[in-house]
Amino acid sequence: MGEELLRVEDLFVEFKTGSIVTKAINGVSFSLHQNETLGIVGESGSGKSVTASAAMRLIPNPPGRITSGSIVYKGQDISQLNESKMRKLRGNEMSMIFQDPTTSLNPVFTVGHQLMESIRIHKNLSKREAKQESLRMLELVGIPAAKQRLKMYPHEFSGGMRQRVMIAIALSCQPQLLIADEPTTALDVTVQAQILALMKDLQREFGMAIMMITHDLGVVWETCDSIIVMYAGQVMERGSVRQVYDKPLHPYTWGLLDSQIASDQNSQEVLPAIPGSPPDLSFDVQGCPFADRCPYVEEICRESKPARVAIEDGHEVACHFQTDTSELTRKEEANIGASATGS
Amino acid sequence: MGHPLLEVKQVKKHFPVKGTIPFVPSRQSVKAVDNVNFHVMPGETLGIVGESGCGKSTLARLINRLISPTEGEMNFKNKDLVSLSKRDLRTVRKNIQMVFQDPYASLDPRKRVGQLIEEPLVIHGVGDSVSRKRRVAELLEIVGLNPRYQNRYAHEFSGGQRQRINIARALTLNPELIICDEPVSALDVSVQAQVINLLKDLQKQFQLTYIFISHDLNVVRYMCDRIAVMYLGKIVEIGSYEEIYHSPKHPYTQALLSAIPVESPYENKERIILTGNVPSPIAPPPGCAFHERCPFVMDKCKTETPPLIETTEAHRASCHLIKKEEE
Repeated sequence: MGEELLRVEDLFVEFKTGSIVTKAINGVSFSLHQNETLGIVGESGSGKSVTASAAMRLIPNPPGRITSGSIVYKGQDISQLNESKMRKLRGNEMSMIFQDPTTSLNPVFTVGHQLMESIRIHKNLSKREAKQESLRMLELVGIPAAKQRLKMYPHEFSGGMRQRVMIAIALSCQPQLLIADEPTTALDVTVQAQILALMKDLQREFGMAIMMITHDLGVVWETCDSIIVMYAGQVMERGSVRQVYDKPLHPYTWGLLDSQIASDQNSQEVLPAIPGSPPDLSFDVQGCPFADRCPYVEEICRESKPARVAIEDGHEVACHFQTDTSELTRKEEANIGASATGS
Repeated sequence: MGHPLLEVKQVKKHFPVKGTIPFVPSRQSVKAVDNVNFHVMPGETLGIVGESGCGKSTLARLINRLISPTEGEMNFKNKDLVSLSKRDLRTVRKNIQMVFQDPYASLDPRKRVGQLIEEPLVIHGVGDSVSRKRRVAELLEIVGLNPRYQNRYAHEFSGGQRQRINIARALTLNPELIICDEPVSALDVSVQAQVINLLKDLQKQFQLTYIFISHDLNVVRYMCDRIAVMYLGKIVEIGSYEEIYHSPKHPYTQALLSAIPVESPYENKERIILTGNVPSPIAPPPGCAFHERCPFVMDKCKTETPPLIETTEAHRASCHLIKKEEE
């Protein structure tokens, strides 16, 4: 791993709609190094995408607002940077791939035009050079007959090909940080395997850091070096992929790991599911946000918010019962049975 | 073995394509479902897997007769579904219900949940309003929702709860066959497990038969007794889940299985990465439709369409390689 590229510290983001304030992110901290791939996992509404957008300062204001915390990119706090300076960073230094390749490309411009747009803005090249460059990018992401493809419109591409175009655009200025927001969720498994392999290859070539947002733990195991598990806008657990896989500490992480269907899952057994659903973030959550769904809940969980404790080097967890002095033992299949009827 | 609940024989669905010349009908068509044969036994779960565009959903809509097949025969409890009159179709449809993928789009936002679940009863003229209300409350309980939620609207529920409402609607008329078209793809993993457990529970409780369509191979393996793999409108392999997962015969099935993400950071998977794209269903390649992407392609594959060959009992695959093994 290289030096630290991005450090997010104690970030709070809220969205105001009418008189309702939704606290989407409540104190998220993490760091990302060069050449590292960080996986952010969690359910929908856990704040994965908001965290990513905040890192690129893409949160629309209003209604959204970064209320406190810092986002330090290469030693510079960008959380209060003005828009014109941000624009120079975006695309050039950091870029993003979105989940749905169908809606993130402009349907009325050719793929070549959209590729050249970011190259010309950030690299100050002539039209001809930009065209050369975009051709090279398309070839790099493995699009056959790239020269003809440049003149085509997004609707003439399949989903996987469009995602390749998105990756080509995102990488066209050799950014140091690539944020991938569920890049393969909308794709078939066969195409997913292709795209993940491509991203790994390109990382090796350019040495960029990747922030991979996903809800598929398989994707994390396959591509990431470290992982943060988010729930209700907070980091529940963070560590290296192997630390979290070998010794998951938070009951929510246990639930997430259990509810993935394994290839040797006995189909006669009931799947372990996490009963209930995440809390409504427009109300203040007192105590641990996972308390209502946690099979190990005790009084203290509802009263005070657990602090983040480092158990091992780099492995942190926010749970009252997982500290350096006490340890929670994982009940085997704690919530089976509650799953089918719990709503 | 008794009689199959549903038999599908040589069913085709071709959608005509708009031609390039105005007012001149085009001769081209999208062969969304092409010569599909299978049967479903009562009480079993048949999984249908394949990439997007392979005809999974079209097949589901054909079985429900939401669309009519271009050719072929479909028998449900020995009744021919294709030739039924509109009126008879209604009674048959009571027995074949569907759960759709998107729990946000499949519930009318202007109706209360009680009304949504009651609707099938009203349409089919079942019971009076008191008994219908009782049935609605009972159904909500069955799918694990509080019966007091009847007066709420769909937007007040989470994705998983909405899918429960959809399942309650499908159960209203006591169907025998439920077609689940990607019922858990739009849900989070933790909620996904809840809904899958519910579906399994209901199957036991009401002796339901499922046709389970999904692109998530682990979900299919967990849910299904038998699995059919589709590619470009055709079934390329069909068999029990053990057979398909432990000894897949068709190269496409092998590639699909190898593409499943790993289960631990220590696992290093040998991948068969497919090159190229799914060919156009308007002009599928001659011979085996998979030959352009197949790692084991032979000359024969480019000209001859392989038939579905029985490898072991109840396991069939359509690939020229299989014959070679036997020789």
